[in-house]
This record gives sequence, structure tokens and C-alpha cells, in this order.
Amino acid sequence: MPQPLDLMPTLLQGLWVTVQVYLGAAVFVLVCGVVVGSMRSSRHRWLRWPAKGYILGFRGVPALVLLFWFYYVMPAIGLRLPALAAGILALGLNFGAYAAELVRGAIAAVPSGQTEAAIALNMTPMQRMIRVIGPQATLRALPPMGSLNIELMKNTALVFFIGLHDLTFQGRILQNDTQRTVQIFTLALAMYFVLALCIMAASRGLERVMGRGMQGGAR
Amino acid sequence: MNTNDSATQQPLVQIRNLQKRFGDVVVLDGLNLDIEIGNHVAIIGRSGSGKSTLLRLLMTLEKPEAGTICIDGEYLWHQQQNGQLVPASLAHTRRVRGKVGMVFQHFNLFPHMRVLRNVAEAPRLVLGLSRREAEARARELLDRVGLSDKADAWPQELSGGQKQRVAIARAMAMQPQIMLFDEVTSALDPELVGEALQFLRELADEVSMTMLLVTHQMHFAEQIADRVIFIDSGKIVEDDEPAVIFHHPRQQGTREFLNAVLSPADD
Ligand SMILES: Nc1ncnc2c1ncn2[C@@H]1O[C@H](COP(=O)(O)OP(=O)(O)OP(=O)(O)O)[C@@H](O)[C@H]1O
Ligand SMILES: [Mg+2]
Repeated sequence: MPQPLDLMPTLLQGLWVTVQVYLGAAVFVLVCGVVVGSMRSSRHRWLRWPAKGYILGFRGVPALVLLFWFYYVMPAIGLRLPALAAGILALGLNFGAYAAELVRGAIAAVPSGQTEAAIALNMTPMQRMIRVIGPQATLRALPPMGSLNIELMKNTALVFFIGLHDLTFQGRILQNDTQRTVQIFTLALAMYFVLALCIMAASRGLERVMGRGMQGGAR
Repeated sequence: MNTNDSATQQPLVQIRNLQKRFGDVVVLDGLNLDIEIGNHVAIIGRSGSGKSTLLRLLMTLEKPEAGTICIDGEYLWHQQQNGQLVPASLAHTRRVRGKVGMVFQHFNLFPHMRVLRNVAEAPRLVLGLSRREAEARARELLDRVGLSDKADAWPQELSGGQKQRVAIARAMAMQPQIMLFDEVTSALDPELVGEALQFLRELADEVSMTMLLVTHQMHFAEQIADRVIFIDSGKIVEDDEPAVIFHHPRQQGTREFLNAVLSPADD
């Protein structure tokens, strides 16, 4: 194979691992964000406080140290996680805290008149959340959620440090074997960039589909 | 105040000694008010006198510090237990709240639902109507407010006057016993106000629904209401027929207020 295409199979293997870590963590982040973010917005203290604690704890620590903790410390207390699981968990919990804060903000940004109208129509708190506030908050949360996902995808490179054979790791291996640094890391950058473009496009598409009729966003 | 105790029917709304404070600001200070079925009551008063607060208390958007509100024989915030009044459960308050509907100053339509669903959503969710029944009811009401052609529009595509009609249809779809209107014309463009007032007047004539309207439009109050209430300092100062309030007010306070709002460039 002509240069630099001969590097591709190895790099693509790494890309696949990167995508796995990203997708796994993204699902985690989405669930954490919605669940914890809604809890954080609750009127009930016993829902709000654990959510506050989670956000405070996991937003205040570096993802890399969290990653080391899951990979190196957990076995010491008898829980050995595969590297992929540790990577997904650490990134998911860390970015989940950001997502929760973002969802809380989106819920708070829905005008109070919407809640009042729903109360005047005698909806239950649950109906208000699911039918009125939730959909509008979702629309508001989509753009920042897209940015957070790109951030998350870029941070998957941290799993390099626990020996997962992701795109960055594969690049380092090739560098050792071939010394063709410029080609290797330019290709790796391009691959990360294409991944980011895909995430951006997906996010835009979702915004368009969900925002039908709401020109200029939720008001 | 007219205290008509001869009526055999009890008033639809009975408010007794209602108190509402925001921090140190006393907004309602022991307010008493009876509203009979079919009354069209206009509430007038200075800005900040507590008119909106009164409506919001009736709609359970605010909670009073003291006093009682009784709607159709049931307390809004209280329950009777062993002959004593105790704070109401959420379920109780919700049930009584169903007798009240409100049209908001800024309409507060749901921007993520088309017009038809704005009207049909609550009857389906809250009253348990089937989708078909709820939509049939919604179409009927949209027809009544002259918007049958807008059923599939988004709220953002409507004019202020049209939004207001949708808001009215949405509230009426829940078939409340009393409807509250908070300054329904102040968010409209000036050229739409006349039309909106005309529409509301027709609606008031047409439906026998009990209405409580807060307004700064004295002409409108005079024409739509069969009773006008002037509120000041958290109390009802005067409560009488429009003809009396606007032409022969008994209280000095009412006179001063009307002189202030009617004198400049009005008429
Ligand atoms: N949520 C709140 N928190 C604190 N103060 C409030 C709140 N809502 C109302 N107030 C105060 O209560 C008083 C009465 O307000 P309200 O909105 O009932 O007046 P209003 O008669 O409707 O006035 P306007 O004609 O301007 O609409 C005002 O002094 C207002 O500042
Ligand atoms: Mg007001």
C-alpha cells in the first residue's frame, strides 16, 4: 500500500475503540444528565441534595485522575474493571456532572409562565414535566449538549493512559515502529476532526427535527 | 359593600379574611369577597394594589398566609376533618382547582405544540378524554373563537389577538366554573385592543360563565361587568354596579383613582 494509506488499518482499529468509548460514555452522560439534572430541579430536598452532591463531586475532579482511580484503585478494593469499562465509567461520570448542570439550566430557563399555564390547566407535576417543561428544556439543552459531546469525544484520548488501544495509542505505536510522525498524527487529527463533524451534524439534525415550528428557539 | 344574604344559593366563590404577604410587603390584608354564579366582576385599582395576586391566589399559583377561599362549597387550601379546617392535601387542592380557569396576560401558550394540541392536551391528560373527544372539543372551541382555520398553526405564527383567543379556548376546554382574566389586553398592540374587547364582551354575553377580570380599561370594565370592585391597600374599597362606581362613586379613594386614570387624554 502506498504511503500514508498503509497506516490506515492500524489507525482505524484505534478509531473503532475511540468510537466505542465515546458512544458508551455518551449514553452514560445523557442518562446522568437527564436523571440528575431533573433531580437537581426537583422541589424535594431528598432528590435535590444527592444530585447536588454528585454534580459537586464529579465536576470538581480531573477526568484523568478519575480514570486512574477506576482502573488502579478499584481492584485494590476488590473490583477489577476492564479498561474499556473503566474509561466509559470515568468519562461518563465526569461529563455526566456537566450534562446534569446543563439540563438543570435548561429546565430553569423555561419561562415560569409555562409552569403556571400548566398548573392552571390542572396538570400534575409529572405531567407538567413530561408534557410542558421537558420538551422545551430539551430544545434548549440540545446545542450545549452537542458541544459537550464534542468535548467528551476529544477527552476519550485520555484512555490512552490506561493502555486502551484507542486512536491516540495506535498513533504512538506506529510512531515507534515507523517514525513517520507527521503522517501519523496528521491522519489521527483528521480522524478526530471527522468524528467531531459527525457529532455536530447529528446535533444540528436533532435540533432541526425537534424544533419544528419553534422558529428562533423556545420562547 | 352589598351583602345579599337573602340569596338561597350560596355564592360560587367565598373569600374570607384573605391575607397575602411577600416578605414585608402586605399585598392582601384581610380581603373578603363573594362572587355569585354568572357574575362578571371587573377588578380595578392602582398598579401594585394586589389585583394579579388575588387572581393568582384563586388559581393556586400563590398560597395565602391566612384566610380561606371557598369555591363551589369546597375550600381551596383547606379540608374539613372532624369539623376542623386543616391544610388541604395536594389531591384536594387539585380537585378544587379544576373549577377555576385562567387566561394569562401574556397568554403562555405552549410553543412546542400546535394550536389544536394546545387546546386538546389538558382535556386529554387531566380530564381523561380520548384523543378524538379532546380534539373534537378543541375544534369546536376554536370554531367558537373564530380560529378554526388555525388549528394546525404554531402559536408563534399567530397575532397577539389570535393567541389570546387560543388561550381563551384552552381555558374553556377544561370547562371551569369561573374564569380569571388578568389584563387580557395589555399585551396586545393598540390597534387590536378594541377588537379583543369586543370579542370578550360577546363572549361574556354569550356564555353564562362566571368571570373575574382585572383590567386597566375603564370603558371595558363598564361595558363587560355587572359588578366592579375597586381594590386599594389590600382591601376592597368599593364594590358596586359599574354605573355607580364610574358615575357616582361613594368612596373618596375610588373618586381619586378614577380622576387620576380617566382625566388625561382618555375619551
Ligand atoms: N412574587 C413576588 N415576590 C415579591 N413581591 C411580589 C411578587 N408578586 C407581587 N409582588 C408585589 O405585590 C404587590 C402586588 O402585586 P400585583 O402584581 O398583585 O399588583 P397588581 O395590582 O396586579 O398591579 P398591576 O396593575 O401593575 O398589574 C406589588 O407590590 C408587587 O411588587
Ligand atoms: Mg397585575
